[in-house]
Amino acid sequence: MSTIIEMKEVNKWFGDFQVLKDINLDVQEKQKIVVCGPSGSGKSTLIRCINRLEEHQKGKIVVDGNELSEKTKDIEKIRAEVGMVFQQFNLFPHLSILDNCTLAPIWVKKTPKKQAEELAMKQLEQVQISDQALKFPGQLSGGQQQRAALARALCMEPKIMLFDEPTSALDPEMIKEVLDAMVNLAKGGMTMIVVTHEMGFAKEVADEVVFMDEGMIVERAKTKEFFANPKNERTKLFLSQIL
Amino acid sequence: MIKNLSLLKPNRESLHVYVSLGAAFFILGIADVTFNIFEFFPIWISFFIPLVLCFYGLHLIRIEFSGIKILDILNKNINSNWFNAILSIFAIFLLIKSIPPILDWLFFDATFIGSKKEDCTGDGACWVFINVWFERLMYGLYPINEIWRINAAFIGLILIVGLAFFVSAKIKNYVLIFLIFVYPFIMISLISGGNFGLEWVETNAWGGLALTFIISIFALTFCFPVGLFLALGRRSSYPVIKYASIGFIEFWRGVPLITVLFMASVMFPMFLPEDTYMDKLVRVIIAITLFESAYMAEVVRGGLQALPRGQYDAGKSLGMGYWRMHLLIIMPQALKLVIPGIANTFLALVKDTPLILVVGLLELIGMIDMAKTNPKWLGFAAEGYVFAGFVFWIICYAMSRYSISLERKYKTDR
Repeated sequence: MSTIIEMKEVNKWFGDFQVLKDINLDVQEKQKIVVCGPSGSGKSTLIRCINRLEEHQKGKIVVDGNELSEKTKDIEKIRAEVGMVFQQFNLFPHLSILDNCTLAPIWVKKTPKKQAEELAMKQLEQVQISDQALKFPGQLSGGQQQRAALARALCMEPKIMLFDEPTSALDPEMIKEVLDAMVNLAKGGMTMIVVTHEMGFAKEVADEVVFMDEGMIVERAKTKEFFANPKNERTKLFLSQIL
Repeated sequence: MIKNLSLLKPNRESLHVYVSLGAAFFILGIADVTFNIFEFFPIWISFFIPLVLCFYGLHLIRIEFSGIKILDILNKNINSNWFNAILSIFAIFLLIKSIPPILDWLFFDATFIGSKKEDCTGDGACWVFINVWFERLMYGLYPINEIWRINAAFIGLILIVGLAFFVSAKIKNYVLIFLIFVYPFIMISLISGGNFGLEWVETNAWGGLALTFIISIFALTFCFPVGLFLALGRRSSYPVIKYASIGFIEFWRGVPLITVLFMASVMFPMFLPEDTYMDKLVRVIIAITLFESAYMAEVVRGGLQALPRGQYDAGKSLGMGYWRMHLLIIMPQALKLVIPGIANTFLALVKDTPLILVVGLLELIGMIDMAKTNPKWLGFAAEGYVFAGFVFWIICYAMSRYSISLERKYKTDR
């Protein structure tokens, strides 16, 4: 296994406020990592730095052999290899679900339209909403929208998938359908970094769990180890509150 | 039954008595407004008689839950309390007093047939004026024998637009490209002539409604893309582009159009090298385009700002660059949001075109100005402006309806 994401001494400030403090994190290919922690601890910022939706000011981030910095040319190429699923789905409301899924393959990867549609239908099948392909996002439930967003990201055939609290905006009864789709994806061998509060999902899927607080990585451990005997006091407190 | 009859408090038991009585009072009041029945009273009494009659009539029929559907609807909408009753009465009186004279002037007393001022003998409008001047109002001072060229150009335009509605999506793109990038120049060379054996007609002779259309069409097609780029420029992260856009927009929004037109026609040629020449009409079109594009830019910027940041995030995370993201994701949504604003700007543009009067170009309003000051036709300003107002209203209403149908077409949320 080779390292696919490498973060070294990454620091980031929003104005005077430091959101990330000396983050060191490396992720192996096919590894599944769950990032958890209290809100405002910098989890989202951390994974948004990985596809440079946020720019870090200090330190080094290497994704699949490409270092991210202001000098990085073709940041679009790196982003095309890193899929992302957002808390608010962010589907394109003016396009049908199918068009949402084929837009980037056709225009970014130059896939022929027919091929792109076949792939899209396959991905929608995987998340079990192929019957909704011709509807618009506004006509779908939250859970369906999030699964469509997952399918849309997968249509780019990314090497890495980032999840930014994918179930936080969903009604409780819809969380499971999204998590199921994510579990399926994990079983398929995708490299995944998931920011979530769903500890059940972490226990089932994650290889390792990272706990963040106040912009720092407080603890990183194998999943079983993390839940069975957390070392840090803050981790213990967090787990006692959330479980 | 009589026992329950009170003249001030209508009730449901004697419903029919009250309703018939109320209706009678009301009709008497209306009749008085129309025919002045009570003229024999002194003016200060007779003036208020219909008001009092109608008011009392409406009071008598104001019975809740009467069970008569029409009566309930009436009471609910125009007669819910005494104040609304008075407002309704005033509105009805106003209509009775104003509509017949207007109709008389427009149609019943108007003269339609004839060929000179003396044919107009009635008290109403003299539509002979419009009739005689019609060709001038439509085509300006364009040579009569060459008018077919203007007609051909516009009929061609209508045909191509019509074609775009009927062909398949794939051919439609080519038709639209032809329409926007090629046809305007065909149109211009057809109208101006000077080649293909067509007689040259200089732009000073262009005018009337045709000129209104020409200026509007060109200014609309150009100001839209310029406005888009300005809107994007104003949100750019490059300071040079950003401040250049802000400066441009604020400059054009800050000066009156009439000044801009005057500058374009009088001042601008002074700054040009001696041997270069730019047609006045071209200068005017450029001036209007730049002026309106500043407004367009702000309308579009409003749409851009209404989009959630997540849309940008999603576009970027799928590997789209700035232009692709804006073309495929941001602009379609932003433009859809601001269709009403765009329509507003376009309508304003069309209605701004008469201002080119100040630089000596005579479109519809300008031609009417000219016609009404013609010694043979003095005194027909009203007919002219009513006609112009009617024509502009038709154009603008059509545009407004089209924008609403676009809004419906692109409505995808639920």
